[in-house]
Amino acid sequence: MNQVITLLAAVLAGAAPLVIASMGATLSERAGVVNLSLDGTILLGAMAGFGVALSTGNLALGFGMAALVGALVALVLAYLSLTLGQSQTAVGFVLALLCTELSSFLGAPFVRVSGPAVPFAPIPLLAEIPLLGPLLFRHDAVIYASMLLVPLSWWFLFRTRAGLTIRALGERPQAAYARGVPVVPLRYLATIAGGALVGLAGAAYSLDLKQGWSYRHTFGAGWIALAIVIFGGWRPWRVALGCYLFAALEILALRSQSALPGAPTQVFQVAPFALMIVVLALVNLAGSPALARRIAALPPPLREPLRRLVARIAAPPPAALGQPFERP
Amino acid sequence: MEVAVHTLTKHFGPVRANDGLTVRFAEGQIHGVLGENGAGKSTLMKLISGYLRPDGGTLTLGGRAVTLQNPGDALKAGVGMVHQEPLDLPAFSALENLLCAAPRWALPTMAEARNTLRLLAGRLGFTVEPDALVAEMTVGQRQQLEIIRLLACGARVLILDEPTTGITAAQARALFTALRKLAAEGNTVLFVSHKLDEVADLCDTVSVLRAGRLVGEQMALPQPQARLLELMFGAGMGGWGSEAEGLARENGALRESAGGQPGAQAAWRLERVTARERNLTLRDLSLTIPAGRIVGLAGLDGSGQQILLRLLAGRARPEAGRVIVRGTDLTGAPSRAFRSAGVEYLPADRLAEGMVGPLSLADHFALLQAGALVDRGAAERAARAAIEGYGIKATPVTPMSALSGGNQQRAMLALVPERCGGLVCEHPTRGLDVASARAIWRRLLQRRAEGCAVVFASADLDELLEYSDEVLVFFAGQVSPPLARASLSTGRLAELIGGVGFDGAAQRG
Repeated sequence: MNQVITLLAAVLAGAAPLVIASMGATLSERAGVVNLSLDGTILLGAMAGFGVALSTGNLALGFGMAALVGALVALVLAYLSLTLGQSQTAVGFVLALLCTELSSFLGAPFVRVSGPAVPFAPIPLLAEIPLLGPLLFRHDAVIYASMLLVPLSWWFLFRTRAGLTIRALGERPQAAYARGVPVVPLRYLATIAGGALVGLAGAAYSLDLKQGWSYRHTFGAGWIALAIVIFGGWRPWRVALGCYLFAALEILALRSQSALPGAPTQVFQVAPFALMIVVLALVNLAGSPALARRIAALPPPLREPLRRLVARIAAPPPAALGQPFERP
Repeated sequence: MEVAVHTLTKHFGPVRANDGLTVRFAEGQIHGVLGENGAGKSTLMKLISGYLRPDGGTLTLGGRAVTLQNPGDALKAGVGMVHQEPLDLPAFSALENLLCAAPRWALPTMAEARNTLRLLAGRLGFTVEPDALVAEMTVGQRQQLEIIRLLACGARVLILDEPTTGITAAQARALFTALRKLAAEGNTVLFVSHKLDEVADLCDTVSVLRAGRLVGEQMALPQPQARLLELMFGAGMGGWGSEAEGLARENGALRESAGGQPGAQAAWRLERVTARERNLTLRDLSLTIPAGRIVGLAGLDGSGQQILLRLLAGRARPEAGRVIVRGTDLTGAPSRAFRSAGVEYLPADRLAEGMVGPLSLADHFALLQAGALVDRGAAERAARAAIEGYGIKATPVTPMSALSGGNQQRAMLALVPERCGGLVCEHPTRGLDVASARAIWRRLLQRRAEGCAVVFASADLDELLEYSDEVLVFFAGQVSPPLARASLSTGRLAELIGGVGFDGAAQRG
């Protein structure tokens, strides 16, 4: 039992940066802006956060710097796509490449230097609760924050007026405009706030879960976060579930390495990504018209429950995702 | 609140959509705004509701000059607009739509919003469920929701742009009742339409726009129809009445020329077909549509016409029974097979299903070419011939999406191959003005004279009675036997569509 709890706790901890990044991506995509630069932004945030924390000895400054870097990258994306009307996909992709190389170039002095790290901080009393204590309350501040971020994102997007307006931007900006919403400024805001979270995710790696800095330290995390947001149907709880699933796959792959000594290590590094693609494909199948047709052809007693099940699983993207808005 | 505009002007590129309009809409009345497609009605309304910003001129609301930066400003000033395609959020529930970006003072809490929705719906006789998804609501309900939203947010001037397009007759009646009530309470209603009878039925005054200018201002109703038509389409047409008669004669001549050639193979034969779409089922339908015949499908939207159209075009598969096209059994065959059997489909949503918006007419002809390489020259020649022959206002390289509705429809018709055995048209003249609609029908009648069977669905009773040889009436998934045009009157057809005496008609056949 204890082993299972330890394993689950490791999953909750290991997924923290992914959760933070994918909540950021969810926020900006809910507003209709795809930030493809995620992977580069996480790298740049990790590097800048570590660099600042190392040279100032102040962790908070490190995280602040990471958030600022993330926000700046998002601002560039927002300016190029929202103001200058360039393709979000193209700009985001190029920014991802740029930030990756920039992190390698600027981060050269910090490679394999040991630096400050977020301290372990079990919560008094709560940490002593059997089972729940070791699972939820024996972590550090970053992990607590990641766990709080999920309900917070959900509450913001689905229970506040501001969240409703943000979602309207992603569904149909013309309708939001007709209601007097300043579409472009609010899209800027959502993109920048989302970008700051993505930057923070970088620091969560370099100052906490994968301490230090090296060449392409977190390579791949951003791309998987983008995929997880799709898996999660742009809904915070499901997105978080995707992050934890991926973290679990990673840990499982790591553990099975010792069980299968003959297999090359690359297999275990790549396996979580491949498995994630399979899961993603299966989930997105639920929303496909082909499946809907198959179900419609089934006999009635099967049809209704299946249709309802599929409708629950299917998670359509925001209708205006990635679409530019021009004032009429 | 009184609405007045003075020398209001709006350009789109070189086009003067509104050219120095000056008009005053008095408080507490329903004002009709008439005009053919592209006359500038929608533009004027979007200017008054802040959706567009004018290039010149002033807007006065309740005696105060205002400058509206966006629709939010307009709503604050008390002006709300229901767009032709309601600008709502399909993925949201009705309640979320109501709350989205609504001012806090109007709807402070979720519970308050739910209450307001129920209250206003009840008062206006609307049927909107707070938790229903907008995507699953009818256009009529979405309109009702928008009206409720605007009123809840404090609108005292309500603008409706072509509100009766795409809604059922019952919904239109409910809408008219609600609008009269709102006007009686002191609100101002601006009702944009190109349907004369609706305006005559509902409005207190009527203004007519033509080519961005006001040609008839605040005329008290009733007005003679001929006068309004003349204002809408210009006196240069030499009197609408004689034109209409000429057309009728022409149609008559075309009709006599063909008339279901005996011995010719049936264009379609359905044998005991059952087909389903969403929660509507056509059951056990047997039907023969002979070549050279025009069959009109009447009924409220979503009564089953759609299913039959899609069956005939091979876009839907029957669950039981056989579909035979010109002697070949094509049950369950892909739509490709239907096309090679000579069946063409003209969908109502031209840009979504009918054509590729960014491609030009020449490109579309190129798409029809066989072989691996595109013969640009041939495609452009074909496009030029089509433009000439069908009177399309475009060049061979204009993108389809830049054409007006009437020109798009003509272009689609031009793309139908010469040798075509069956044409399936879904609302062929919806949204078109009278002249464009007439041009489309001249073409369809010509096809019919060449032996092509035409099946069309329409919501316009006059169109159904004018052009059909036979009419099939649909009511909640039931289909009447083919009714000869001569046996029907407008009143009788309207009754059948509403389900009155439907069973009798079904049994007689």
